Amino acid sequence: MVSVRINGVSRQFHGDPAMPLLWYVRDELGLTGSKFGCGMALCGACTMHVDGEAVRACVTPVSFAEGKEITTIEGLDPEGNHPVQRAWRAHNVPQCGYCQSGQIMSAAALLNRNPDPSDEEILSGMAGNICRCGTYQRIFAAVRTAAQEV
Amino acid sequence: MSAVQNLSRRDFLKHTGVTGAVVLGAQIVPNPMIAAVRAQGAGDSVRPNLFVAIAGDGAVTITCSRSEMGQGVRTGIPMILADELEADWQRVRIWQAPGDETKYDPAGKDGQNTDGSRSTRHHLDVMRELGAAGRYVLEQAAARKWGVDAGEVYAKDHRLYHTGSGRSFDFGEVVDAAADVEVPSGAAAPKLKDPSQWKYIGRDLPVVDNYDMSTGGAVFGADVTIPGMKIAVVARSPVYRGKVKSFDAAAALEVQGVEQVVEIPALADDKPAEFRALGGVAVVGTNTWSVMEGRRRLRIEWDPGPHAAHDSSTYDDALRASARQGGEVVRNRGDADAALADADRVLEAEYFVPYFIHTPMEPPAAIVDANATPVRVIAATQSPNETRQYVAEALGIEKSGVHCEVTLLGGGFGRKSKPDFACEAAILSKMVGAPVRVQWTREDEIRNGYYHTASAHHLKAGLDASGKVVAWRHSGAWPSILGLWNPAQKHGFGIEYGLGLVDTPYNEVPNIRIENGAADVMIRVGWYRAVNNIQHAFAMNCFTHELAEAAGRDHLDLLLEMIGEAEVMDLSKDGVAEYWNYGDPVEEWPIMPNRLSNVLRTVAAKSGYGKALPKGHGLGLAVHRAFHSYVATAVHVVVRDDGSLHVPQVDTAIDCGRYVNPEGVRKQVEGAAIYGNTVARFGKITTAKGAVVQSNFHDYPITRMNDAPLDVRVHLVEDFVHLRPCGVGEPGVPPYAPALVNAIHQATGKRIRSLPIGDQLTSA
Repeated sequence: MVSVRINGVSRQFHGDPAMPLLWYVRDELGLTGSKFGCGMALCGACTMHVDGEAVRACVTPVSFAEGKEITTIEGLDPEGNHPVQRAWRAHNVPQCGYCQSGQIMSAAALLNRNPDPSDEEILSGMAGNICRCGTYQRIFAAVRTAAQEV
Repeated sequence: MSAVQNLSRRDFLKHTGVTGAVVLGAQIVPNPMIAAVRAQGAGDSVRPNLFVAIAGDGAVTITCSRSEMGQGVRTGIPMILADELEADWQRVRIWQAPGDETKYDPAGKDGQNTDGSRSTRHHLDVMRELGAAGRYVLEQAAARKWGVDAGEVYAKDHRLYHTGSGRSFDFGEVVDAAADVEVPSGAAAPKLKDPSQWKYIGRDLPVVDNYDMSTGGAVFGADVTIPGMKIAVVARSPVYRGKVKSFDAAAALEVQGVEQVVEIPALADDKPAEFRALGGVAVVGTNTWSVMEGRRRLRIEWDPGPHAAHDSSTYDDALRASARQGGEVVRNRGDADAALADADRVLEAEYFVPYFIHTPMEPPAAIVDANATPVRVIAATQSPNETRQYVAEALGIEKSGVHCEVTLLGGGFGRKSKPDFACEAAILSKMVGAPVRVQWTREDEIRNGYYHTASAHHLKAGLDASGKVVAWRHSGAWPSILGLWNPAQKHGFGIEYGLGLVDTPYNEVPNIRIENGAADVMIRVGWYRAVNNIQHAFAMNCFTHELAEAAGRDHLDLLLEMIGEAEVMDLSKDGVAEYWNYGDPVEEWPIMPNRLSNVLRTVAAKSGYGKALPKGHGLGLAVHRAFHSYVATAVHVVVRDDGSLHVPQVDTAIDCGRYVNPEGVRKQVEGAAIYGNTVARFGKITTAKGAVVQSNFHDYPITRMNDAPLDVRVHLVEDFVHLRPCGVGEPGVPPYAPALVNAIHQATGKRIRSLPIGDQLTSA
């Protein structure tokens, strides 16, 4: 059994502790905001926070999260009004929207550890998240805007 | 064709959850039936569609019958209707239509297939008509309630006003009186607003899904779960149309969460692939990871079949040889051979563009309950009615027995027009007796997809003594999309020729010959964002750059001279049989060289083209018409000493005629630069012994933020805004790669003739 806290709720997982967090959260808990894009930590669509740090949930086993605090996009802000989320809407970032949960979680983690990132730090901090629609220009601008608020 | 009707009292509304509201529909019938239906007075035998409902509280629900895949269609199409209705956008909600072309295809042109950058151009008129009809009904209702002449009533911002008394009603307050209002047709049909009165069309609106997409609340294909549903992944043949010889599922069945392993029978040899399930071994269970783990433990022996001969090491050269040889003449103006013989100088060059795969961030996923009546499909599909058709065929039932709900699509790019993944779910649902969600992995998507065709191009041109182009020959060879329906297909067909090849816009060149060489189809070739325009724009814009260099001339000047200022280029005079024109009449959407020259001049001016640049910098141009839109791109590149490159600025000028949501246009064009950047720098699918070599983002890289152009400036050209709306989703893609490659030549003197650029600048 693995004990975790997800978005503030304590949970016990009785399945295979090697199961990636993504599939526990999506298929067992029904929280579908975190997305499957590659299964190899290459695209960032599944990004969640474990104790505030961005992790790729598609390769992170549930056992890794034992006793830790997991935050998914659903738990980032109760009203969906985290500064990063507000900035995303202000810049009309999303196109298809599929990668955006992961982008927002990566951006929130980046600003959490570095509230005043340089351009280079934004690029390197966000380079793990692929957007196939090509919204990077607006993501970059949104991260800049959010950085002024956090 | 459509006739707007007030449907509020129709019985069938009981099933739509909008009773007690005013509902407007456009009655849609197949064209041959129109006369008969009118003669019947449009009786109940033809079921109308539903596009707007106004509830008693004034809430307006507008139907979106197109699939949202990031192009903003759930905003762009409904805002047209809202504008004509005089609705307040803040009080509008969007309802996503299921697949049913008898109800939800008001333009009657494409059966709800969201593809070909055509949603706006096919729906601007009919959405305006529907909105105007709604406004008419509300005005009539208010007039009745007040007992005044309807001519004294007007709608504005969700209210109805009486000019004489200053009285007003909210939309919701007249619903009770609106249900019986007949909507006149023909000359008496409700009048459309003058464009000067538009309040939404032509204005920036954020997409309606903005909030959900920023909070994880947006629902995509794989996000839907229905009671009793199983999850499945399928092991498919690594080689196109290979078959299972034998398999051992013992180890797979030991995985916790795996319930069954079943074989989807291989598609019969005499059936072409089309959008059908090709077969494989499915692992079915309760958790996606479990079934993926189970699949990893399967032991399968495959019979690869004849397509094992498909190997890029030999196939690509065969395409090149075929392009050199030519074959079918698809356009012929003047006498290109004679002009080449007489030319002062003759140049030739070969270009190659490899296979690509779509890689939408959401891999395909579909849920089917094949045991329900009607069969229920929930899918991230661009084409719900073809989904119904192919699912029905897979189950041996009628299309009318399949209902298809459309989720948001996590990117489409043409991949999700092909519902093979829904067919797999349908077959499995029948086999296991439960609803099934089939989940494709990234590896599945890359290795078992519908590939953007690989193509080789041989170009030859003659210059006269003044450096003017007097002859142009282009011969291309590629495996055709038509191979999906006819595996023996050797040549392209009208649609492929019409994707920027026969419509080569060099209207002032007196001698033009365009040919198509033969190619075997050895894999599923399908359409991909911008389709063959990508390679045609690449070859043409790069070759004209080479011609300019050879002539000692400026590329911009040469292009403007070749394209010219004619208002129409008439391909029927050049022996082009049945020019496709993106499925639209050339009278309404002609090929206009003057618009192409106009966007080219615009982008040159906006980008500062022609100014001196520091060493290692280049600014390249490309221009192309696709999906009726005219697009020119200027890419500024910096190539560092180590061969790595950076794109500090991109300017794109787009003339898409009448546009609806300029913010949507800008987003599409910004994204197209990044999509084009992947095409230019990274995209390459190869095969070895018939199997696709690449598998995930490590060996099929996609542009990331640190490789991306982050200063893409979109210049929306308004000079022809009074003309018909044109496509926006795709046309931004083709000019990027040639503009970048031309810029690289200026920066380094190196010519890139094969995509992707890859390591061509860094390797010795």
